[in-house]
Amino acid sequence: MNISLQYCHVTVHDVDEALPFYRDALGLTVRNDVAGSGHRWVTLGSDSRPGAEIVLSDPHAGRSEEDGNAMQALLAKGVLPMTIFTTDDVDALFERIRATGAEVLQEPIDQPWGPRDCAFRDPSGNMVRLNQAAN
Amino acid sequence: MGLDAQVLGEFTHLRRARDLIDRDFAQPLDVPTMAARALMSPAHFSRRFKAAYGETPYAYLMTRRIERAMALLRGGVSVTDACMAVGCTSLGSFSSSFTQVTGETPTQYRNRDHAAIEAMPGCLARLNARPSSVKPSRIREAEPGTGA
Repeated sequence: MNISLQYCHVTVHDVDEALPFYRDALGLTVRNDVAGSGHRWVTLGSDSRPGAEIVLSDPHAGRSEEDGNAMQALLAKGVLPMTIFTTDDVDALFERIRATGAEVLQEPIDQPWGPRDCAFRDPSGNMVRLNQAAN
Repeated sequence: MGLDAQVLGEFTHLRRARDLIDRDFAQPLDVPTMAARALMSPAHFSRRFKAAYGETPYAYLMTRRIERAMALLRGGVSVTDACMAVGCTSLGSFSSSFTQVTGETPTQYRNRDHAAIEAMPGCLARLNARPSSVKPSRIREAEPGTGA
């Protein structure tokens, strides 16, 4: 018996607005695109870790108006949890993402606690960190 | 459906100012500079920032500086060097802010045990160890051996 991470949800203001960031800038591949009740759920993954995907959806998907609004405010304020990816070339990936005009939070630096990393905001305000994979 | 676009826009501007504080805390950073990032007048910015994040922009800057100073002190840096490294220019006001926010002097903090927080990855320690100017310290490091 084993267990591994399959889906991790990332709330974004607008899935269409978020897609260029996660697909074109980060380089993830769209695996699934499901629509229903006026909302969309798009999953993205990468070949380097098949099976693990993030799910993009908007704050009101599956929530009441009131809860959706609360989520939307937290998202815009930038206080929702961050997502961390790993890459074998953090500097090259950083340059590619920056070239798309994404909001840079931190250029690549060697952190005192270990990895070399950098950070961006996605178009909605989520923090996305990128770690250099240990060789 | 959803929040008014103007409300969302304001949150987005406030977030950019907050990111500026987190990024440039070690620089001489004043409220008018932060307010300019949020495209607001300083007085309006301070009110809206406090409404959104629960503390004034200046208090947020100081708790960020103190959190970074705590990390340096844990690493054995001297109190004077930690004060300067985080953008505070007066040792006296740094020490009194530090004491007010954390409940101990920088020297007391530097000299005691930090086993619990050192077990945390730095990116989390940065969030979790950040003292609050609003309430009494949100985190107390566990005594060694108390478990989870």
